[in-house]
Amino acid sequence: MDIVKVSGKNNKHKVLMYAISTCAWCKMAKNFLKNNHIEYEYIDVDLCSEEDKEKIRQDILKRGGHLSYPAIVIDDKIVINGFRKDKISEALEI
Amino acid sequence: MITLEKVRQRAESDAKTYGYYLHPDPDFLKDLLEGLKRNEERYGYPSCPCRLASGKFELDRDIICPCDYRDPDVQEYGACYCALYVRKDLYEGKTPILPVPERRPMEKQVRTYGTAVAQSALEKPAEKAEVTPQESAAEIKLKLWYCKQCGYVVFREEPPYICPICKAKRELFAEIKIHVDIRG
Repeated sequence: MDIVKVSGKNNKHKVLMYAISTCAWCKMAKNFLKNNHIEYEYIDVDLCSEEDKEKIRQDILKRGGHLSYPAIVIDDKIVINGFRKDKISEALEI
Repeated sequence: MITLEKVRQRAESDAKTYGYYLHPDPDFLKDLLEGLKRNEERYGYPSCPCRLASGKFELDRDIICPCDYRDPDVQEYGACYCALYVRKDLYEGKTPILPVPERRPMEKQVRTYGTAVAQSALEKPAEKAEVTPQESAAEIKLKLWYCKQCGYVVFREEPPYICPICKAKRELFAEIKIHVDIRG
């Protein structure tokens, strides 16, 4: 699985974003995190193998999320589906 | 090869036909159009740039732009799922453009995942009874549906949410059953 790490000054929370490479909302979410200096990792799900896609599906559902992107996993717990700036800001305390 | 301009023209023409507008932010719009172009290049059809496609036409048919969910989404939220198509008040900035919840049924979303590994390579079988992506394109049953209001006929798994011709609701669609009776 190709996990891309984006460095940032704020590494208070562990942030993993499941994204789609062609998704404009995902791009917006990536830029939002970057502009707020949040350290995060992302995976473009559409570029993954079928096996990895299946693992991602299970991971998102296991955490109580939906299969819509971006799906942002914060501290291995909270899943925020969609670029919901208010929810992301609240969870990341920014 | 499809050009970005062609993708843009297609979307503009479709928006005009249905009385919608394209996303007002030129950068966001360009990202969406590039996503559609990329999907057309890699899958052979412009599936929604913000949804995961399987790459199998029969499974992705409902999310090919303009997707099956666009009309009800624009009606309810003012924008389609990816926000390529928006209503006038959102285009004019009178109403904010927010993420639209996924309307695509779960069983269709799930079919996108692990289509090549569904039966074999899963490490562990699913512990709870949930929808698994085991349905293959071959198992999809296509039917003929007609709009009782205008007569529009469509050959799909399910009738559309809204008739693309006369805007009648899904409830006004009925299945056409064909019986062949051969007597010698």
